[in-house]
Amino acid sequence: MASVTYDHVVKRYTADVTVVKDFNVEIKDKEFMVLVGPSGCGKSTALRMLAGLEQISEGRILIGDRMVNNVAAKDRDIAMVFQSYALYPHMSVYDNMAFPLQMQHMKKSEIDTRVRNASRILGLDNFLKRKPRALSGGQRQRVALGRAIVRSPKVFLLDEPLSNLDAKLRGQTRVELQKLHRDLQTTFIYVTHDQVEAMTMGDRIAIMNAGILQQVGTPGEIYDHPANLFVAGFIGTPTMNFVPASVSDSTAKASGFEVELPKSLPSGKGTLGFRPEAVTDRVAEGSPQFEMKVDVVERLGSDQFLYGQVGGDQVTARVDPRMAVAPGDRVKLGLDTRSMHFFDAESEQALL
Amino acid sequence: MDLLIQDVPTLVFVVVAVPAVLAIYIVGTEYLVRLLPDKQRPRVRPWFWVGPALLFVTAFLVLPALGTVVTSLQDHDGNFIGLVNYQRQLGDFPTGGAWIAIRNNVYWLILYTLFVLFFGLILAVLFDRVRYESIVKSFIFLPMAISSVALAVIWGFMYSYQPADAPQTGTLNFIVVNVFHQAPKTWLSDPTVNNFALIAAAIWGITGFAMVILSAALKGIPGELLEAARVDGAGELTIFRRVIFPLMMPTVVVVGTTLVIFALKAFDVVYVMTAGNFQTDVLANRMYKLLYQSDNPGGASAVAIILLIAVVPVLIFNLRQFRAVEARR
Repeated sequence: MASVTYDHVVKRYTADVTVVKDFNVEIKDKEFMVLVGPSGCGKSTALRMLAGLEQISEGRILIGDRMVNNVAAKDRDIAMVFQSYALYPHMSVYDNMAFPLQMQHMKKSEIDTRVRNASRILGLDNFLKRKPRALSGGQRQRVALGRAIVRSPKVFLLDEPLSNLDAKLRGQTRVELQKLHRDLQTTFIYVTHDQVEAMTMGDRIAIMNAGILQQVGTPGEIYDHPANLFVAGFIGTPTMNFVPASVSDSTAKASGFEVELPKSLPSGKGTLGFRPEAVTDRVAEGSPQFEMKVDVVERLGSDQFLYGQVGGDQVTARVDPRMAVAPGDRVKLGLDTRSMHFFDAESEQALL
Repeated sequence: MDLLIQDVPTLVFVVVAVPAVLAIYIVGTEYLVRLLPDKQRPRVRPWFWVGPALLFVTAFLVLPALGTVVTSLQDHDGNFIGLVNYQRQLGDFPTGGAWIAIRNNVYWLILYTLFVLFFGLILAVLFDRVRYESIVKSFIFLPMAISSVALAVIWGFMYSYQPADAPQTGTLNFIVVNVFHQAPKTWLSDPTVNNFALIAAAIWGITGFAMVILSAALKGIPGELLEAARVDGAGELTIFRRVIFPLMMPTVVVVGTTLVIFALKAFDVVYVMTAGNFQTDVLANRMYKLLYQSDNPGGASAVAIILLIAVVPVLIFNLRQFRAVEARR
């Protein structure tokens, strides 16, 4: 149990290849922090620096109050779950889980208690004698988790642990990991490229792109108040609608409609952003309305998404699933103006 | 020129007839197989395909081996004399007959195998993290490209001896005299060191082979496993002992058994450097001497059979190990 602090951390491979740039995050004790971003954004490198598997080029990383820049991986008291699980193929499930405890020269009886306890929590009781190759993907993933939790480490690192599981198992494991976090009362740092995992699991999310930290916040904050165009586009499916617009005072004018913004902004061009759920078939009195030429209809049962043209712009709408609509139709939709975003054309930062 | 012209028919015969015979064999046997009822075909067909190989192995390996057994039971004139040849080789323990050679083969077996594995493993692991890995490894592998006879000649120079007052031309004795200020040693004729000198030369020649194969096995271990062990709290030595070495074990066993067979077959280095004199004889060299120098085919055959019997358990173990590795895939 400990907090983790990244203090102006930089990772540079050569003079011009910098994969993590001035990374600052404070992760609180017992927090579930998710590092999310597209592939190659530096999130795994950030995690590996904390694990001690990569050198830190600049800045400091602290676990609790202790700077760990020059502490070897084996002395950092952290546990890590790898994407490939990295189970020792020549050891049984039991030995895989006992290995980190043996490294601490723990008593045999204590090791046994802990391994059996962990295997009970993870439902591995019947597989303790098996080798990893005789297990399914989901079971291997549990062993990897088990190897990490037997230690009761200060910090628990997970590097895309679900990406090798099928969709159904991934959903289940997501829930189980959250339960595990609640039971273990340990700091979790979880790396993923999947924004759904980030939104559902994290107490807070740190979003990275191209080595730069974009925004840190709770899932709600990030969804409702994305700091910039990248975050707005990365979080949420289907993605937020972006239409070019020009602002004068508090009126934003797009190619197909006009919106009244809640406050006035400096005049100029930019990008107007609104989530698909803000575009509905419920046309409210006084709010903007427009006609959409529907290209594609996606019925998901609980939802119905319409993809089409409004003026000259691509827009996605989330409408009542019972609404009868076919591609090629022209439908009248309303815009909920309570959650509008406006991004500066140059800096791409949110102005609203 | 005449010779060349004379050879033309032979050449034509080889180029045309050999593929023709092969084609006729394949087409002919397939024709025969088709004559059989459907059910029988899958059982019969493999035998036609392995048939030629079996024939060659029988003709060139099994029959000569049986012939050797027969010869080992005969005297020089072909009379059956029972186990007398074996008795001559294995009587008079510990210095008579073949016992010196057997003792030396045991030295070879243990020292050669263990040291080559040891050095091969150390070099493979150390050079795995060196920047100029491939260049360094090529250098270590280089002795493999030298014929064993040349290798023995080179090491003959290394071990060469001059009387104490003469300048030392052998590298080793130069060091002994000029660095350690000791009397030069007769490396190849002093029975307390000469076997080890020969084995050392052979080790130098083969270490690159072991290193290359072990290094390939080492590269096959995923990096994430080592990272996981590091995070789990293991130091580098523990990682080697608990993770790297066990995962390399199947390869170590295969290389080790191969080396055991090499050690039992040791001949060239001994033949060139000491010709088996000064108590450095090994079984293969003894067999050669009995056959070509003492004109004693019975004795040579007996030694050959002793050697064969020594190799068989290793071969069986090697085959089993190979099957076990295959089964694990």
